[in-house]
Amino acid sequence: MSLSRTLSKAVIFAAVTALLPLAATTAANAQGATEIQLSYKDKKFDPAEISAPANTPIVIKLKNLDAKAMEFESKTLKVEKVVAGASDATVNVRAQKPGRYEFFDEYNEKVARGALVVK
Amino acid sequence: MLAALIIVFREVFEAGLIVGIVLAVTRTVPHRNAWIGGGLVAGILAACVVAVFAGALSNLFAGMGQELFNATILVVAVVMLTWHNVWMARHGSELAGELRAAGQAVVEGSKSLLALAIVVGVAVLREGSEVVLFLYGVLAGGDDSTASVALGGFAGLALGAAVCMLTYFGLVRIPMRALFATTTVLIALLAAGMAAQAASFLEKANWLTLMDNVVWDSGWILSDSSFLGRALHTLIGYTDQPTAMQLTVYLAILLITFVLMRLYGAPAKTKAVARA
Repeated sequence: MSLSRTLSKAVIFAAVTALLPLAATTAANAQGATEIQLSYKDKKFDPAEISAPANTPIVIKLKNLDAKAMEFESKTLKVEKVVAGASDATVNVRAQKPGRYEFFDEYNEKVARGALVVK
Repeated sequence: MLAALIIVFREVFEAGLIVGIVLAVTRTVPHRNAWIGGGLVAGILAACVVAVFAGALSNLFAGMGQELFNATILVVAVVMLTWHNVWMARHGSELAGELRAAGQAVVEGSKSLLALAIVVGVAVLREGSEVVLFLYGVLAGGDDSTASVALGGFAGLALGAAVCMLTYFGLVRIPMRALFATTTVLIALLAAGMAAQAASFLEKANWLTLMDNVVWDSGWILSDSSFLGRALHTLIGYTDQPTAMQLTVYLAILLITFVLMRLYGAPAKTKAVARA
C-alpha cells in the first residue's frame, strides 16, 4: 500500500469524524442558561451552596483565587475541569432535575466540597 | 499520602490500560519498544507543556479551550486506532507469520507503530497533565506533608505501571492467532469509546447540542465513577448517562471500522476480517 493511499484514507476518515460534530454545531451559548458565580480560596468554595432552577442549562463561572491549580469535579453533574491557579473557568452544566448535586476539588476531595441545589 | 496515591492512580490507570493493550498488539513487531517508549516520553513532555499553559489553554474559545483540546486529541487517537485496525486487516498475517523477518514487513510495520505510538502519547498527555498539575501544586505549595504526598503520588504512578504490566501479560497469554482477533475487537471498542468521549467534551463546550438527551441512566447498576465503571469506561466507553449523540457516534465508529476493514483488508483473507 502506498503512503499516499494510506494518507488519503486517513484524511477521508478524519474528515468524516470531524464533520459529524461540525454539522451539528449550533450557537456557542445555550439560550436562557442560569449563570452562577462561584469562587474558590483556601480549599473552600464561596458560596458553599449554590442554587439554580430545574430543567434549564446552568453556567458556573468559577474563580480560583488560590495560587495552585484545582480540579472542579462533580460525579452527579458529570463535570470535570482543571482550573489553573489564580484564574477563571466556565463550566457548562446541562439542565438538571430537582435535587442536591455535590461538587468538590478533586485535589482536596475530603475538605473542599460544595453543592448545587436544583429546585 | 493515601489521598495523593488515589488521585494519581485514578489518572494514570487509563493510560496504563491503553499502553498495556498497545504493547500486546505490537508484541511481534520489531523495534516496538523504541516507538512505544518514544510515544510515552513525548506524552509526558507534552503533559508538562499543557500543565504549564493550563490557564491560557482554558481561556481559548470562550473558556472552552480545555474541552475542545480534549475532544481534538481524542479524535486523533480514534483516527490512529481505526487506521491501525484497517492496516492490520491487510498486513496482520504477514506480521504474525514468518514473513515478519522480511525487510518489507519491518518498513510497513513501523507505519502502524507510529500510529500506535501517537495513541500512547495522547493517552499519557490527557491524564498526565492533571498529574503534573497536582504534584506541582503539592511540591511548590510547601504543604505540611509535602514529602508524604509526593511519595503517595509516585506510588500511584507505580501502581499505574503495574496496571499496564497486568494488562500486557494478561493479553499475551492468549495464543497468537486469537490475539489478533481479540485485539482487533478491543481496539475497535476503545476507539468507539474515545469517539463518544470526544462527543461528550463537545457537548460540555456547547459546540454539540444536537441529540443531547440522556438515553438511559444505569448509574444504579454500575456508576461510571466506580472502579469497575472507570475500567469499562476506558476499555469499551461505558457511561452511565449516555446521550443519543454519544451512542450514535459510538455505533458509527464501530460501523466505519467494520466497513473499512472489509474494503481494505487483504482480499484473499476475508475470514480474518469478519470479526469487528
